[in-house]
Amino acid sequence: MSEAPQTSTAPRAPAPQVAHAPIEGPRDAKMRTRAVNLWYGDKQALFDVDLDVNRHEVTALIGPSGCGKSTYLRCLNRMNDTIDICRTEGEIYLDDRDIYDPDVDVVEIRARVGMVFQQPNPFPKSVYDNVAYGPRIHGLVNTKAELDELVEQSLTRAALWNEVKDRLGDPGNGLSGGQQQRLCIARTIAVGPEVILMDEPASALDPVATAHIEELIDELRRDYTICIVTHSMQQAARVSQRTAFFHLGRLIEVGETNDLFTNPQQQMTQDYITGRFG
Amino acid sequence: MTDATTPEGRRRVSVQGVDLGLARRYAKERRLKWLGIAAIAVALGLLALLIADVVLKGYTAFWTTEVRLTVDLAEAELDPDGTRLRADLEDANFRGLVNDALYAMFPAVEDRLERRRLRGLVSGQAARDVQRMVLNDPSLIGTTRDVWVLADTDIDQLWKGNIDRDLPENRRRVNDQVVGWVDQLAAEDRIRSAFAWNLFTNADSRDPQLAGVWGAIVGSFWIIVVTTALAVPIGVASAVYLEEFAPKTRWTDLIEVNINNLAAVPSIVFGLLGLAVFINTMGLPRSAPIVGGLTITLMTLPTVVVATRAALRAVPPSIRWGALGVGASRVQVVSHHVLPLALPGILTGTIIGLAQALGETAPLLMIGMIAFVVDIPDGPMSASTALPVQVYLWASSPERGFTEKTAAAILILLGFLIVMNALAIYLRRRFERNW
Repeated sequence: MSEAPQTSTAPRAPAPQVAHAPIEGPRDAKMRTRAVNLWYGDKQALFDVDLDVNRHEVTALIGPSGCGKSTYLRCLNRMNDTIDICRTEGEIYLDDRDIYDPDVDVVEIRARVGMVFQQPNPFPKSVYDNVAYGPRIHGLVNTKAELDELVEQSLTRAALWNEVKDRLGDPGNGLSGGQQQRLCIARTIAVGPEVILMDEPASALDPVATAHIEELIDELRRDYTICIVTHSMQQAARVSQRTAFFHLGRLIEVGETNDLFTNPQQQMTQDYITGRFG
Repeated sequence: MTDATTPEGRRRVSVQGVDLGLARRYAKERRLKWLGIAAIAVALGLLALLIADVVLKGYTAFWTTEVRLTVDLAEAELDPDGTRLRADLEDANFRGLVNDALYAMFPAVEDRLERRRLRGLVSGQAARDVQRMVLNDPSLIGTTRDVWVLADTDIDQLWKGNIDRDLPENRRRVNDQVVGWVDQLAAEDRIRSAFAWNLFTNADSRDPQLAGVWGAIVGSFWIIVVTTALAVPIGVASAVYLEEFAPKTRWTDLIEVNINNLAAVPSIVFGLLGLAVFINTMGLPRSAPIVGGLTITLMTLPTVVVATRAALRAVPPSIRWGALGVGASRVQVVSHHVLPLALPGILTGTIIGLAQALGETAPLLMIGMIAFVVDIPDGPMSASTALPVQVYLWASSPERGFTEKTAAAILILLGFLIVMNALAIYLRRRFERNW
């Protein structure tokens, strides 16, 4: 299931639903995982997962509930470390560094690999402080003016600035669900990550807010590498360039989103995307 | 539900059967509701009974009785040399002046025994009050002044009606002659009720008229200071470590069980521990609030730990994930997000724990805080009592005057507890968050 790094420079055919921007430069893997096995206590949740997340692309992880796609996503910034009984084996590279290496600082990894969660979880602080939190703790700015600029920039890129610019002091959890999720994206962007992990970011949102988020994801891919877990195959098809199908903790198939949905190589993938199970 | 059998032999559920079952279910709900209401009514009724009893017994202690004496502050008596020196005035015979004022009011009394009884109309404090007045303003010497002085405790009780005048004389604390004097004082408008500042400014005393709770309040204050300074930081730190940092192993389980057990240990055992460790081994002074505070810290710790852990657990994990997701370290997650959000819960639990500590008596008895202390403690190292112990001390005193003082001390203690609990509720409401 591992695949050779692709070096094609040719622009890819646009996905049917959304016209994607052409991929610039060579396609290469931003994050590579090899033989990842993961256990919750005695129960193995991931089996030998080999998967690459390509630079400036959206990689979608799909599969039925409990297939390990969220667990896998949480390996990529070591969020699983917070679960006591969780044990991870294998190699997970960010560029050329194994992020599970003992001398790697997990805090630095999480700053470089940001995460957006299923339920919008803004801090119970003002909109401004939500975005400013990351830059503050990492000491990214020196002056108030720089911080103001960074906050505005992040909110603008998260397509939220125009809606909140007059109420930056209001509590972040007073916003609507979709706005809260974009606030969380802005909070993640503000730290200047290289990779953004999204765990079903639109599943708690209504269709309009979902459309907003999906547009935003497509926009963000120019600057960031994105890996998204979704239970909606339509969403995967709309936003991603590559899709990986997980089942029972194993990576069954990974490929170009168009290919995977139109011409899956595995019978199990075929069954899942045509709705025969899952 | 009733089942009917169709001709084919299959069981059928009838809607009428559901109706019957519903009626029974509603009846059950109503019964439960009324039982609950009855239970609350009983609890409230008992509480009302308790408070009414204490208030009825204790409210008179907030008033004291004073007698107006016409004192002749003769220079010949007080300051024959005319020096007006403080030392001379302090040595002067004010008691004699007060006695003369009493004899002057009742010139017919000449018998030695009766005169002694007459002198007993006013409390021992009277001469000191007159002296203080003169020391503050020496120009009064040579004049005749009307002074309100504290009545004796028996006169106080008689005037408040706590001593029954209709009892036969031989079963009454004050005899008919004294009752006659009091009536005469009343007729001359020389006796009145006044607010008992004594109760709030004095420490304990053998004389119920002079005994106050201030010494005990100061003692309790120092105990609470010591307990707060130790139990809160230690308790919160333990809870934060156990909840946020400690791996969930058999050891932490064991610690958790033991902390919960600690909360169930009888308080007298903590008192013995405090006696053995803090006084006998560490050599701290007996009866001192520092030992009381240390001992009560041991008792309050589990409450603080348990309350803090509950408050920490109530912070949604998504907040922690959000902070971890932008690269906050675990310490930053805790100090920037989890602790501030848990603070109202921690404060509430802590204040309730301290309120318990304020009312704790048994361990204080073991470490000698039951001593009779007439001085107001000037720090955590000086001998003192505490409010609940003062209640215990007064409750075991036989004098009629202490009965009402006991109830008054209970009211004051309850007042402090109500204020603390109200503060806890206020803080919870004020900082309650929704997420």
